[in-house]
Amino acid sequence: MNRNGSSPAPVPASAPAPALQVTDLQVTYYTDSGRVKAVDGVNLTLYSGERLGLVGESGCGKSTMALALMRMIKPPGRIEAGSAIVGGPGGMDLLKLNEEQILNARLSTVSYIPQGAMNSLNPVLRVGAQMLDAMRAHLPKATKEELNERVEHALESVELQRNVFRMYPHELSGGMKQRVCIAIGILLSPKVIIADEPTSALDVVVQRQVMETICRVQEKIGAAVILIGHDMGLMAQITNRVAVMYAGKLVELSTVREMFTDPLHPYAQALISSLPNLENKGVFQSIPGLAPSLLRLPSGCVFHPRCQHAMDLCKTVVPRQSTTPSGRFVYCHLYDEHGNKVKQPETSTKAQVQQKVPVTGR
Amino acid sequence: MRLGYVLRRFIFLIFVMWTAATVLFTIPRLSRVNPIRERFAALARSTGYAPKDLENIIASYELKFGLDKPLPQQYADYMGSVLRGDLGVSLMSYPKPVAELIGEALPWTIGLLLVTISLTFLIGTAIGALAGWPRSPRWVKGTVTPLMVLAAIPAYTLGLLLVYLLGFRLKLLPMGGAYSPGMVKALTMPFALDVVKHAILPALSLILAYVGFYALGMRGMGVTVQGEDYVNFAEHKGLRQGRIFYWYYVRNAILPQVTSLALALGGIVSAGILVEGLYGFPGIGSTLSAAITANDYFVIYGVGFITIFAVGISMMAVDLLYPLLDPRIRYDRK
Repeated sequence: MNRNGSSPAPVPASAPAPALQVTDLQVTYYTDSGRVKAVDGVNLTLYSGERLGLVGESGCGKSTMALALMRMIKPPGRIEAGSAIVGGPGGMDLLKLNEEQILNARLSTVSYIPQGAMNSLNPVLRVGAQMLDAMRAHLPKATKEELNERVEHALESVELQRNVFRMYPHELSGGMKQRVCIAIGILLSPKVIIADEPTSALDVVVQRQVMETICRVQEKIGAAVILIGHDMGLMAQITNRVAVMYAGKLVELSTVREMFTDPLHPYAQALISSLPNLENKGVFQSIPGLAPSLLRLPSGCVFHPRCQHAMDLCKTVVPRQSTTPSGRFVYCHLYDEHGNKVKQPETSTKAQVQQKVPVTGR
Repeated sequence: MRLGYVLRRFIFLIFVMWTAATVLFTIPRLSRVNPIRERFAALARSTGYAPKDLENIIASYELKFGLDKPLPQQYADYMGSVLRGDLGVSLMSYPKPVAELIGEALPWTIGLLLVTISLTFLIGTAIGALAGWPRSPRWVKGTVTPLMVLAAIPAYTLGLLLVYLLGFRLKLLPMGGAYSPGMVKALTMPFALDVVKHAILPALSLILAYVGFYALGMRGMGVTVQGEDYVNFAEHKGLRQGRIFYWYYVRNAILPQVTSLALALGGIVSAGILVEGLYGFPGIGSTLSAAITANDYFVIYGVGFITIFAVGISMMAVDLLYPLLDPRIRYDRK
């Protein structure tokens, strides 16, 4: 277990160009029972050609983050702060675009592959019409032949036959519908593709085919992909890096190998040790306690009520970002700002962690 | 196999009409009132003329109209003549054939109801669609509430209210009839305008009474549809609001509206009959109420027949429209 600094570089060494740089993203929902910070101060950088997995339990803010990047947060939700710059320094900030600009940026710069492929296509329009209207909204001057050609090209690249163009969604299988959604997502060769659990409604065989399709077309157009999901096995196979979210906060961001062999954050460790592997088939560890309500977040580090390594410091002070020399992020008091493990008074705290853990900290 | 479906539907329509005609035939006969005797009594009251051998006269008229035969025989005779396209003659306006009476009244009713039903459907659906759309201004969303209140009031009550306010008090519109007395019935501009002016109140009472029904239905569906994944995905595609509103939202939400249009047709037609009576509008409704008062069997049958036929045909037409609106519906598979 070498934890310090000897892990491989997180990004391919060939001079990574940032495709998307998210800084201090904050999204709040103003509900009747109070303010809910669904995404709280997320920083991450996505490189061109990279596939980033975004994992975390339900309600931890994964989808909200995706919606925020598409600027699809609707009242009572609001993007409070942050920036999301596409295409390196000086690129456009998705969060600062006006109504007209964001309409143009959707699909052409950032595209979204939806979760519920079963219902994501309009039942009364032919598949072709739904692809053409998307193109027309962005390329008003293109001729009919150009548009048709691009649509057919997109269908081919997701391994669908041309006649799908003339079919209605109800004539397609679930996997085919998801492929159509992918084809729509890549129509305009966007820089960033956000795939929100694109395979959750499909059986495992089709899941694999669909994921392979996403990877292939992504490599072809050189886009960066944010893949949101729960399926750690899928993440291990598909992604380059994995970001773990907990209660609206990013807790760790590492390469996929480091994440699975040597997770830094206690939550990430618990998440990984809950997975079956070949050596340990029998007993899996669960994470004690429940995820906190976003309405009443624990003070200090949001994970401390459930953390095995919680110290007094964790109850009061929010951990800052530690960056290892290899570029991993972790937000935890166990590490110093360079990601080195801090010596800690082991005895004082371990005893305080009980099996039945309070959900709230205040 | 679309033709097969239409054929099945048509046979069903004929069956419905036959059943309705049988019920229609029986109901006026349950009354003991003899229409011919009543007619002579009315004549005696108004003119003081009472023929001496009244019973003989009545008997000879009954013989003429076939009313002396046993009821099953009359039923068979009437059905037979209807099949031959003969609706009989009016008892009250003898010797005017029923077909001619209806022919005079029908254009008025068709004109009034066609305009009313299409306006009600269009306005109600449009208001409902806007009220269910999350980006509509608050006042647009609020319009549904007063319409709901109106929908709870029957059309004839609304009609009375409108006549009182707009016709009697404010004298903005004529209180009844289809055109001003003394107008020459011809296809001229002044006559057309006069007809429109007379039709506004009856149409308005029907529209106000039914528009809330459609608005409410459309809003309910709209609220469901606007949360659907395909509407969200359309927004993710960067489509303009107008495109999403019509092609993704309205086009999906409107499907149950078309069903309720078919269901409401019968209701609107019967409300139309009452409203016509209220305004003295010379349509089929007025013809029917006059016929019912006088127990004019053959006119009642004729009007009932025509109404059922029209409603049945319209419902069938709406049914056939459905696959055009929703590609998931096909009639070729059983």
